[in-house]
Amino acid sequence: MQNTSTIKKTSLFAIAFLFLGASTLYAGVGAAVEAKEYVDIIQVLKFTLIFLAGLGAIFGFGLAFAAKRFSVKIDPRVEQVKDVLAHAHCGACGYAGCEQYAEAVVNNPDVSPNLCIPAGAKSAEAIALITGKKAEVKEPQFARIMCQGSWSKSTKRFKYEGVQDCRAAVLAGGGDKSCIYGCLGYGTCARVCPFGAITMNNDHLPVVDMTKCTGCRKCEAACPKKVIEVLPATKAVLVSCHSKDKGVDVRKHCQVGCIACRKCVKVCPFDAPSISNNLSRIDINKCRVCGLCVGPCPTNAIVDFIPQRPKAFVTDKCIGCQICTKLCPVNAVSGEQKKKHSIDQSKCTGCGICTAKCPVQSIDGTFNAVEVFASAAIKKKKKAEAA
Amino acid sequence: MNLDFTKLFELIIASSLINNFVFTRFLGLCIFFGVSKKMETAVGMSITFTAVMMISAAVIWFIFNYVMVPLDITFLKIIVFIGIVAGLVQASDTIMRKMAPGLYYKLGIYLALISTNCIILAVPLISAGEKYNFIETLAFGLGSGIGFALALIIMASIREKLELADVPAPFRGLPMAFVITGLIALAFTGFSGLITL
Repeated sequence: MQNTSTIKKTSLFAIAFLFLGASTLYAGVGAAVEAKEYVDIIQVLKFTLIFLAGLGAIFGFGLAFAAKRFSVKIDPRVEQVKDVLAHAHCGACGYAGCEQYAEAVVNNPDVSPNLCIPAGAKSAEAIALITGKKAEVKEPQFARIMCQGSWSKSTKRFKYEGVQDCRAAVLAGGGDKSCIYGCLGYGTCARVCPFGAITMNNDHLPVVDMTKCTGCRKCEAACPKKVIEVLPATKAVLVSCHSKDKGVDVRKHCQVGCIACRKCVKVCPFDAPSISNNLSRIDINKCRVCGLCVGPCPTNAIVDFIPQRPKAFVTDKCIGCQICTKLCPVNAVSGEQKKKHSIDQSKCTGCGICTAKCPVQSIDGTFNAVEVFASAAIKKKKKAEAA
Repeated sequence: MNLDFTKLFELIIASSLINNFVFTRFLGLCIFFGVSKKMETAVGMSITFTAVMMISAAVIWFIFNYVMVPLDITFLKIIVFIGIVAGLVQASDTIMRKMAPGLYYKLGIYLALISTNCIILAVPLISAGEKYNFIETLAFGLGSGIGFALALIIMASIREKLELADVPAPFRGLPMAFVITGLIALAFTGFSGLITL
């Protein structure tokens, strides 16, 4: 603050000196607004100089005094924290804006440093470093569109020609779609997203760009049909339907709705899906993202967000314990005791169940292999330290 | 100082409607387009703007009439006025931060924008040129502030509605705002016969 006032003072002085040069040219011509026969250049110069210098000095001292008298003590850490935040003012942290969160995290020891979801794990670490708190990396969350009923795959009750916005369309008798639970497709979420992560595809269904989505929940709040849910990124197998209608009605309205046929309940080895109100829902705490329920679903209502599921193979570490042969839901593993097993690549679905259960981490190639190996290595290390 | 209330009233009406700075003189368009996207910012800006305009016009009137005119250095008015406005804005920024932090967080962000605004400079320049007395200068500043607030609020309310309209792609955003400004300016010419002097 004090710096700015001194800068202002010196700059005003500088302007005054500039005028020393400029006014010699000016005084003869420019001053003759009220026509005068004779202009005393020296006199005008003197007054100009004194006046500008005086004005500059008065303002300089005034501002310096104001800066001192009305100084506000700001914790420098607040500025540092503000610099590492995302500056989206999305409110995902629960505060009104980035500034308020920065102040709270510095001044209040109970506020954890990982609340800025858009800025991610890196900023959480940086904030923890600045404030001397412990950084716990929060699992990234993504917005998931829980409806696949694009305009071509679902039916409409009437033709809507009003304002092209879901929040307006929903006022017209709950929207034009036959399914009252489905996405209306007028793109309110795409317009609301502060990061441009949501785009509307040609079939009027929102598509979330996972590289841009930060899980700030703006779209979740804006969607009048509550079709968007913000869920942990690793929970990538979801029933993408919210329809609580009976199976027959769902079939009438939409080609890709959940008809509560219970096939997913039967196939799941972990009891994650359950049916209530004519709708299957996967319990994200139980789900191991194996993707076994995706194939049997007759309406393709279950979506697997993992782009590829590479198939499993057995490495030389195998001790031939036969645990995997018993676990495999598709009977792809075969092998005798104490001999290296083999996996039938044509049968394997890449569910990763065997990788997770293998006692010596000998099955590689599945989507979860890296994670499983890493956590096993950490466990080993801890054991070694304890011993 | 003789107070002529009809003259003051005329001044306020003239500066806010007939010679509206935005719609007939086309000054301050940068801020006008910048903050008229939302009603909330538009209202905050107009309040700050009017206050700063009246304060700076008053201070500048004293300096101009009691220092610059006697010293015969009125040719310096542009540069001096800019300096005074910038200094005042900086001072009010500092003082407001301490005295009214709530107000500061609401309006403080606009203060920096105001310091180099052309309407703020135009008001003291015109009142110096027209040789207004002190009360008239204040009335002129108030009228200009009301005019600017009117312009901002009209524009903000239209642009908020426009968000949902189906505007042809090439006109979306700023071009449409310019078209609207032109139309409102046309409408404002209707005020020109309001007072016959």
